[in-house]
Amino acid sequence: MDLNTKYTPHSWPDHPESATLEGKNKFLGFWLFLGGETVLFASLFATYLALKNRGPSGMEFTTQELFELPLVFIMTMLLLTSSLTSVYAMYHMKNYNFKAMQAWLAVTVLLGAAFLGFEIYEFYHYVHLGFTYDQSAFSSAFFTLVGTHGLHVLIGLGWITLLMLRNTKRGFNLYNAPKFYVASLYWHFIDVVWVFIFTVVYLMGVIG
Amino acid sequence: MAHDVHTHVKSNIEFEYARRRAANEMRGQVTTFAIMIFLTLIAFTMVLAGFSAYLVIPFILLLAAIQVVLQLYYFMHMSHKGHETASLFLYSGALIAAITVLTFLTIVWW
Repeated sequence: MDLNTKYTPHSWPDHPESATLEGKNKFLGFWLFLGGETVLFASLFATYLALKNRGPSGMEFTTQELFELPLVFIMTMLLLTSSLTSVYAMYHMKNYNFKAMQAWLAVTVLLGAAFLGFEIYEFYHYVHLGFTYDQSAFSSAFFTLVGTHGLHVLIGLGWITLLMLRNTKRGFNLYNAPKFYVASLYWHFIDVVWVFIFTVVYLMGVIG
Repeated sequence: MAHDVHTHVKSNIEFEYARRRAANEMRGQVTTFAIMIFLTLIAFTMVLAGFSAYLVIPFILLLAAIQVVLQLYYFMHMSHKGHETASLFLYSGALIAAITVLTFLTIVWW
């Protein structure tokens, strides 16, 4: 394997993520996984849309009363910015600048963690109001959809952090380059899902 | 290994060219990001402005679709060569996704 081949900025390939057969396979396999993830989230969105605002008669919770746009806006900006910082990380991987990549990944992780913090606060706030997971069909569908996205953020944070720690002393090689690349794809996909969540759940929820 | 990695050591000119190309692409990515922020701001503003739901909902869905396309084609590099199979996988997923949402919104409750 290419684990022990040392590269210089001049010998580093233009597409380190797909220079090896293993890298190519990871790349394809990961896009297949993302296709599957799309279907997973579609089923949760569909369930949410079908059950939105539905529950026991006299239920006092509606999307219009629950959702607060300033919080959602901050969360959106955090996640969108973290998407750009992971683009910066991949730019530095292309340029064989390991430290710069690690630094941008660290910023990505921090922004993602801030996003997750706000989401936990939001959920805590809803539960405090009595809008718990088993309160209604609406609450279950909402927490399952947004919570599954939050779980993806958590997994992404853990994944990127482990990659950074594991490769701190290794530097770049053609074995870990596809791993970093695929993790950044995952992070972008989390933002793709969030674009639909802030539009379909929060913005359309506030409209009614 | 059956699959050998071809190592090419770039000349200084090739190296400078690759660096410049990457830097240019990165500038494009920052522009993409600015557009995405702008689209997000429009979507939030439209909702807060309180226009008719029949106008706002299709509009913000369109903005979301544009933003996702930008994310996929630029941030996730789908506009680059060698993404044919990746596109097939993603669009297959998106097709099933669309059918699922459509089904739940029509047959299930009406």
